[in-house]
Amino acid sequence: MKLKLHVWRQKGPNAPGKMETYDADHVSPDQSFLEMLDEVNEVLVKEGKDPIAFDHDCREGICGMCSQVINGVPHGGQDRTTVCQLHMRSFKDGDEIFIEPWKARAFPVIKDLAVDRGAYDRIIQAGGYTSCHTGGVSDGNAILIGKDAADYAMDAAECIGCGACAASCPNSSAMLFTSAKVAQLAVLPQGAVEAKRRVNAMLEEAQACGFGNCTNHYECQAACPKGINVKFIAKLNREYIKALLP
Amino acid sequence: MQVTQSSVGRKIIMAVTGAMLIAFICVHLLGNLSVFAGSAAINAYAQKLHSLGPVVWIFRLVMLGVFAIHIIFGIQLTIENKAATPDKNVQIKRLKTGFAAETMVVSGLVLLAFVVYHLLHFTVRVTNPEIYVPIEGGHGMVDVFVMVTQGFQQLFAVLLYVIGMGFLFLHVSHGFQSMFQTYGLSNDRTLPVMVNVSKLVGVVLLAGYASIPLLIILGIVR
Ligand code: FES
Repeated sequence: MKLKLHVWRQKGPNAPGKMETYDADHVSPDQSFLEMLDEVNEVLVKEGKDPIAFDHDCREGICGMCSQVINGVPHGGQDRTTVCQLHMRSFKDGDEIFIEPWKARAFPVIKDLAVDRGAYDRIIQAGGYTSCHTGGVSDGNAILIGKDAADYAMDAAECIGCGACAASCPNSSAMLFTSAKVAQLAVLPQGAVEAKRRVNAMLEEAQACGFGNCTNHYECQAACPKGINVKFIAKLNREYIKALLP
Repeated sequence: MQVTQSSVGRKIIMAVTGAMLIAFICVHLLGNLSVFAGSAAINAYAQKLHSLGPVVWIFRLVMLGVFAIHIIFGIQLTIENKAATPDKNVQIKRLKTGFAAETMVVSGLVLLAFVVYHLLHFTVRVTNPEIYVPIEGGHGMVDVFVMVTQGFQQLFAVLLYVIGMGFLFLHVSHGFQSMFQTYGLSNDRTLPVMVNVSKLVGVVLLAGYASIPLLIILGIVR
């Protein structure tokens, strides 16, 4: 099939960017979105032009590197699907597709579609860990954890840190990402010890990174390729209130 | 970090002050509906409030403070949120959020303007001198029934009230459920229910408040 692509091109972090139009004339419905872009880039390289820079790594939906806003929605808006797992069969011949980078003050554009998502790393560094010794592999089973808590923590841990929550948020808030880690660790005995310090430290770091404030749009959950639930934000709010109490 | 600076801290302040404002709005509506019970009922209600003297003034000052805090933090948070996305995408498609949630600051500011008008109209009583007539044996008190029923003979005033309440519907339909999420009282089962309850609360407030000017101008209540 033939597609018309409108792609955000920006030479560098401080260069002005703009949308440019490319034709993709030999797109197979079996290709992934990134494979389609690879082919467009091959043509650009052959023509001696600058290929479109975009992030990717695992291409199987687990690393969270592929960060593109497709037709106005991070990851394209297909339920629980990353860009790399989005297939061209979900588009029609003759479609026009808009491809843009994450846009948030905290995610500066490096080039074209590639953005610096280091802010999420800094939020994790601020408190998204446990500092007690958890022992070797066998010790993992030494502390019994109820199935409810284990499942809850696992659901929160599904977050791949791709940045779609902040990119989809009208306020560019990183609350879903922050809350997933806060909630995951707060329900586990190894993490609960530092729960109070963690929630404050991670929230302060998110603010310092320049993310906005959550106003309960719930847009993040809809855009999240892992379906992380906004119930974790409610949990973060509870953890914040608990940390205020003596 | 201080609660008044923290992202979630200020969200909780918005929710607490919002809860107080909604509680006030509900009680105020119940009081106002006494206009349907006739002149004696609403004037008795007004006199009762009047007889509380300083208590009413303390209550008014507290509500004013709550209102001011809600507005100031609301504006401050909105400015920060706008600054968090300096350049927007060319294409933006929202999957979940809606008009009410995206226009909270607008509906809020319209409500502020409405409250100022409403206070001048019925509390300070300066906008329409002809409707403020003293009640017999009321020691200079205004006949509230006459004030309201005469005040709502004017199409312009009725329109302002109904439109104002439309914005109240918008604001509450997002704000009510938002409050529960902010307190951490929502989960994946209750949130979808609360989203609908929130719209219902908005509709009930809109219907309740708008019914007063509408039934009066239609001549059903006189
Ligand atoms: S490239 Fe790893 S999630 Fe898409």
